[in-house]
Amino acid sequence: MLDLLPIAAPALPLDEAGKYVAGAYIVFLVLIVVYVAIMAAKLQRIERELRELAGFAEQRKRDEERAKSEEAAPGREAEEVASDV
Amino acid sequence: MYGKGLRPLSIATVAMLALSLSLVFFYAPLDADQGFIQKIFYLHVPLAITALVGFVVGGVFAIAHLRSGNRKWDAYSYVAIHMSVIFGVAVLITGGIWAKASWGHWWVWDEPTLVSFLIVFLMYATYYPFRYAIEDPERQARYASVFAITAGAFVPLNFMAVRMAESLVHPRTFATANGGLPGEMMFVFLCSLTATALLWITLVKFELTAKSASGQVKRLRRALDAPAPGAASRIAPEVS
Repeated sequence: MLDLLPIAAPALPLDEAGKYVAGAYIVFLVLIVVYVAIMAAKLQRIERELRELAGFAEQRKRDEERAKSEEAAPGREAEEVASDV
Repeated sequence: MYGKGLRPLSIATVAMLALSLSLVFFYAPLDADQGFIQKIFYLHVPLAITALVGFVVGGVFAIAHLRSGNRKWDAYSYVAIHMSVIFGVAVLITGGIWAKASWGHWWVWDEPTLVSFLIVFLMYATYYPFRYAIEDPERQARYASVFAITAGAFVPLNFMAVRMAESLVHPRTFATANGGLPGEMMFVFLCSLTATALLWITLVKFELTAKSASGQVKRLRRALDAPAPGAASRIAPEVS
């Protein structure tokens, strides 16, 4: 097969070479764009998870505050009863 | 933590890529032998050099991981290899296009430079199944580091073997005879190499930042899964 290879082939004319050069650079560009698109999708997922976790954290904080106020309430009632007596 | 400095690095990379592309098409002289098709050289060769150096860098990070036991270095090694594999895909495709235009064939199996790069690429393609076949994270990181060091040492040996072998059609880029570059071409080539290296560094940093953020989200989810004092246990569902 190597015998068939044009070792010292003449340069391709510009209109023909241009297609190959454009093809090579476009392939490179497409690869980069695809990679960046995949990374953008990953970052969007991370953002969504963060929002969800922030929601959970807020909910937990509210639950804790409610639990504290419920614990404090019976104590106040006892104090009120003692003052009446 | 990895995201620090990513914005100026990205701007520098885009600026350098724009500059190098302008130089390639408006400054670099046309090659007397190949004509306009030789413009692929400024893309294909920097990509190949960056990919091969990236594989070696992955091996160096793996050494740091085995020496220190710090998983951070394993992440560096993984991302360096991952990015070099992506660059390797670009090298194989752009090389095929150039070969078709210059030699009339997409691939020449008798050419040591082409086949050796394909061997290196396929070797690193096995890194992913090898790594993810191991479930235990500690063992996975350790075995992957051993792979990265062994394969990383093979890359320069492979390069030297190819340089010593007789080339049939593929030119020797920095050979003193028949492959040397004139000053203007060398300047444009070095600009392209810098731009490609900057792109590799930026994408590695980008990937590390995303991985770090993803890890922090997982840690946060685990922390929130723990039952709060005085509250019922609530499992935050994993988002796939």
